[in-house]
Amino acid sequence: MGTLIDRDQLRDLVAAGAQLVEVLPEEEYREDHLPGAISIPLQQLDRKGAARLNPNRAVIVYCWDSA
Amino acid sequence: MGKHDWMAAGLPTEGENSKHPRVGAVARRDVPVCAPGDRLGSVDRTRGAAVVVDADRVVLGLLREKELAGDPDSTVEEAMLNGPSTFRPHVPVKEVAGYMTEHDLDSAPITTSDGKLVGILFREDAVRSAS
Repeated sequence: MGTLIDRDQLRDLVAAGAQLVEVLPEEEYREDHLPGAISIPLQQLDRKGAARLNPNRAVIVYCWDSA
Repeated sequence: MGKHDWMAAGLPTEGENSKHPRVGAVARRDVPVCAPGDRLGSVDRTRGAAVVVDADRVVLGLLREKELAGDPDSTVEEAMLNGPSTFRPHVPVKEVAGYMTEHDLDSAPITTSDGKLVGILFREDAVRSAS
């Protein structure tokens, strides 16, 4: 189950080893993304896409805004 | 929190657009600030502009050279330009330079998406960075 976090919490979690995932389309990821984020567009966020992630580390997923 | 919120806070990003100068990188952070109840004569006028903020650093107004030249015994609230045009740090400088020139703005506060002051952008800095 997901938890909404703010910028400071994000930075703390990433510093502690969390994986950062942008789910916007790849073109938007190419233009701008948070430092260290990988791209897994929402349509590709399935078992195959999630296999790129380390199951032993926290995962932070973000989009354009919190809506 | 989303990417828009991160960028609007002026935080660094990676990617193709990070190569183009943005407002946040050009704005001056050491901007004189004052409160609405301050005496106009007490405001630092060495930069040619000062930003009026509340206790949370939310922008309320702007004092340009024109306002700073007013009656020194008046309050900042009486003299200030209410609700000035503001920009977010992630906006490309080129876009803002054009807007400031078109609307004859010498300066504009730069704020986060919740209105908190990040810095001040002077038109000459924006135009120089955009060229």
